[in-house]
Amino acid sequence: MAAERAALTPAWQPGQAVRVRASFPPGHVRTPFYVRGKQGVIEGVAGVFANPEELAYGRQGLPRSALYRVRFRQTELWPDYQGQPDDSTVVDLYEHWLAAEVADDD
Amino acid sequence: MTSEHDHPHPHQPDLDDQPFEYHQVMAEAVGELLIEKGVISADDLRRTVELIDSKSPAEGARLVARAWCDGDFKTRVLADVNVAAAELGIDAGGIPIRAVENTAKVHNVICCTLCSCYPRLLLGLPPDWYKARAYRSRVVREPRAVLAEFGLVLPADVEVRVHDSTADLRYLVLPRRPDGSDALSEEELQALVTRDCMIGTAVPQVARG
Amino acid sequence: MASHEHQGRGHHDMGGLAAGPIQRAEHDPAPWEKRVDALLRLLSAPERRIMTVDELRRGIEALGPGAYDQMSYYQRWMASIANNLLEKGVITVDELGHKMAEVEARWQLNAQR
Repeated sequence: MAAERAALTPAWQPGQAVRVRASFPPGHVRTPFYVRGKQGVIEGVAGVFANPEELAYGRQGLPRSALYRVRFRQTELWPDYQGQPDDSTVVDLYEHWLAAEVADDD
Repeated sequence: MTSEHDHPHPHQPDLDDQPFEYHQVMAEAVGELLIEKGVISADDLRRTVELIDSKSPAEGARLVARAWCDGDFKTRVLADVNVAAAELGIDAGGIPIRAVENTAKVHNVICCTLCSCYPRLLLGLPPDWYKARAYRSRVVREPRAVLAEFGLVLPADVEVRVHDSTADLRYLVLPRRPDGSDALSEEELQALVTRDCMIGTAVPQVARG
Repeated sequence: MASHEHQGRGHHDMGGLAAGPIQRAEHDPAPWEKRVDALLRLLSAPERRIMTVDELRRGIEALGPGAYDQMSYYQRWMASIANNLLEKGVITVDELGHKMAEVEARWQLNAQR
């Protein structure tokens, strides 16, 4: 376990733009519906953790996965958002839910 | 079952007014079975309930007030809440808690849209509304409207930042020290830091007058 | 996006859905609710690892949309804990049935005293 933890290097760095996979499997996942398919920016790396999609079924949570704090603009999540343009939501997401994305101009 | 008694007895509202609730009976039964089987002990169960009872927002308030009074401590809170809490003799448990700091430009609010994740090993059990459908559904969609229902109206130039605790982190809002609190002692400052201030649905207020 | 996306949304996954005003009334957790919370903490503790919080959540999600909205928070927890313990063979259906009857009979007797 310790060796595996040491071997896992997070693929994303803070500031990188990512897009959450638009995937809709049955079963237990911790990626909320409202961020799937949406673009965000890596705010930070939270660490490497056992995979809840495995733990939920009585298995060991392997391989472990890097977990990121990903920030989304509210206007990206909700096109008709009524608040201010800078408002945001930060969601903690595991690496296998994230894909590369070209950054916005802003 | 409980409506027809053949002799009078003292009124016990928790027992008399309804049949025994199914899951309440189940909780008793499962606990007793686990103890009989040696999976847990009666002592384990008693001590764990005592631990739950021992946690309250007062522990978070101590942490926040110390951070307001000691900039180095605040740095350590922002780096690792669990380690910083241990300095104050608070065991905040093994789940990493991340402090998010309110500033003049950013107001943070925490939630868990998927279940009820909350820094319970620091603050105790979450309030009912935190676990309920209305808050969980709406706070990510219309945070300013939700905060306004709590009486907190934020200026347009303050970014509202919602933290959805979906995974292995728990969040704690580190509120701003309010204006007019310069003369207050650390103990007096603690009293300003309510549970909702650390959820982000309120901000600390100095009593006027 | 895929046309089947809404079938992939769990009923517990409610972020962004319309809902009414926040009901801010609170209740202090009852002793039985704290007992349920304590059971989960003990069962998931590193020295036992009989079930994980992830299994608790999966079990709650599996209760279905009706149960999710009609049951209280700790009723859902208790239902999930019991189902997990049955699945894992830590307790059997028959043991639980007998013990629940025994508990209820004892409580009835105490209530009548």
